[in-house]
Amino acid sequence: MTTNSTALPLPASVAFDRRLQRPLVILLALAAPLIALAMGKSWVRVLDFALLYVLLAIGLNLVVGFAGLLDLGYIAFYAVGAYTWAFLASPHFGLHLPFWIVLPLGAAFAALAGIALGFPTLRLRGDYLAIVTLGFGEIIRIFMNNLNQPINITNGPQGIDSIDPLTIAGLDLSKDLDLFGVQLPSLTLYYYAFLACVVAAIILVRRLQISRIGRAWAAIRDDELAAKAIGIDTRMMKLLAFALGATFGGVSGGLFAAFQGFVSPESFSLMESIVVLTMIVLGGMGNLAGVIVGAILLTALPELLRHFAVPMQMALFGKTLLDPEVLRMLLLSLAMIVMMLVRPAGLLPARTRYAHRDRRNA
Amino acid sequence: METFLQQILNGLVSGSIYALVALGYTMVYGILGLINFAHGELVMIGALVALQTVTLLAGAFPGLHPVFLLLAGVGTAVPVCMAVGYLIERIGYRRLRNAPRLAPLITAIGVSFLLQTLAMIIWGREFHVFPQLVSTTPMQPMAGVVVSPLQIFTIVVAFALMGGLMLLVNKSRLGRAMRATAENHRVAGLMGINANGVIAATFIIGSGLAALAGVLFASNYAIAHYAMGFTPGLKAFTAAVLGGIGNLPGAMVGGLVLGLVESFGAGYIEHLTFGFLNSSYQDIFAFIILGAVLIFRPSGLLGERVADRA
Repeated sequence: MTTNSTALPLPASVAFDRRLQRPLVILLALAAPLIALAMGKSWVRVLDFALLYVLLAIGLNLVVGFAGLLDLGYIAFYAVGAYTWAFLASPHFGLHLPFWIVLPLGAAFAALAGIALGFPTLRLRGDYLAIVTLGFGEIIRIFMNNLNQPINITNGPQGIDSIDPLTIAGLDLSKDLDLFGVQLPSLTLYYYAFLACVVAAIILVRRLQISRIGRAWAAIRDDELAAKAIGIDTRMMKLLAFALGATFGGVSGGLFAAFQGFVSPESFSLMESIVVLTMIVLGGMGNLAGVIVGAILLTALPELLRHFAVPMQMALFGKTLLDPEVLRMLLLSLAMIVMMLVRPAGLLPARTRYAHRDRRNA
Repeated sequence: METFLQQILNGLVSGSIYALVALGYTMVYGILGLINFAHGELVMIGALVALQTVTLLAGAFPGLHPVFLLLAGVGTAVPVCMAVGYLIERIGYRRLRNAPRLAPLITAIGVSFLLQTLAMIIWGREFHVFPQLVSTTPMQPMAGVVVSPLQIFTIVVAFALMGGLMLLVNKSRLGRAMRATAENHRVAGLMGINANGVIAATFIIGSGLAALAGVLFASNYAIAHYAMGFTPGLKAFTAAVLGGIGNLPGAMVGGLVLGLVESFGAGYIEHLTFGFLNSSYQDIFAFIILGAVLIFRPSGLLGERVADRA
């Protein structure tokens, strides 16, 4: 009953669907910005953010979905990555290091932060872990907000602006590219750069999941005591989960900073941690495809609401009763409550997640 | 010396409010083993409902005495919060009582954000000024310490409520049923105790205390806001853990200790860190205490339970 079925072959029917699905998904992923561009530039921007959230959700899923460690301070690692980029590639300290130094450094710092959080909390699980990680996220935010005096490090609530854009092999992604007479806007270029990162992350995580490490995580998640008893180094594995998850956060944070050109503590509130968690919960904890679907849904839906709900309210009531930001929060909180009550395993459930739901207080 | 005594007073005021909220966390945890994340939001709802009542009444009858306004505010805030607390348990948590532990926790976070959003829709995003119903004019300084009637009022009310709750839990039939349910709700059920009723009652009592804490909190800081509940909620949870979660006297001690640590921390942090950190870091103390307690003494100051339960 508690077998880890992640490595079992899929049933034939699913395998057949897969054969059709894969090229379809790839085609859609490649064509998406062009379709969005036809609808307006702002939609490409939404897609770019969706990809950043996908990257974040994949990272958090590693911690929550695979290893079963509920982390409510995940956005702190995103912040570490973003601020690393802001420190090393902006006029704030006058440093302009290239991305292939900044991005790995950001990832490394985030991983260190992950270990720093993981190490003291190894003994904690469930609710307690959730609360301590939440506190960690808040502490990082309080520091970002206040480290502008007596020595100005983070520039406080104003944040840091004019951050260098992503430049790959001399190609500045913040400028439109003229490719044989075809105009490729900057937003589209960023899209493909982010897509490459997401694809790399997906490949890495899929390999990880069926590896010895992934199985060890699943074992810890399902029954920590048993996992320890069969010789899994649970401390090491938990730390690894925190560190790797944080690395993903750091990378997406760095990309976010370069893409926005601006970072401030406001982007790294508790709300954002909750948003990423909701994406995982909605899509299906522990299932990569579910997590990606959840991330895209929860980035795109509020945008759709923005475009339709406001005009609709204007037509119905003559004024906007609920602005898009409120609608977004409503949507998120309802998604969490309703999903847990109705479909606790998410839209696309992982096959092993609730293997033993009959056991109380497991 | 004067600042020292002053910090003690300030710490006692905020600490007694944390203690009131912490009681709600600890009661629910003692019975269900669940951290009711949305409990902090009840503080906010209590404050805003009271504010709404006071504003309406003061607008309709301008000459009304502040004591009457205060009673009316509390009189509406407490039942409203009790109803909200009951609904949260009934709709949100009851169905998940036998679900894997992650599910009720995520629901609780969802409920917390839902309540914040609803409050934002009803009362808007702006900060509301909470009227001075009890005088905040300092009285004659005693030993150099500035005390206002509101501060004395806060401490007296908080301690009276805590005493009342202790009496209820230790002496009444309902209290005995609560203790039995906390011990083991299946066995309590066999003894003829209506466990669902007891759990509902626990949520209702805790929510009432949270509402009162909300009114005291808003009076002391003269402000009410849709997001005002979250941080005090977290701090109250910290207080509950510090005292030993599930333990009622522990929650009170934890609340007072946390209040004192915070007020001393905020008062002296600048000297201790040579001006590098200042009082804007006040909020980190609660989190540091929380982490330290969970790591080094998960059973808290007075508790016996272990962290492995979580």
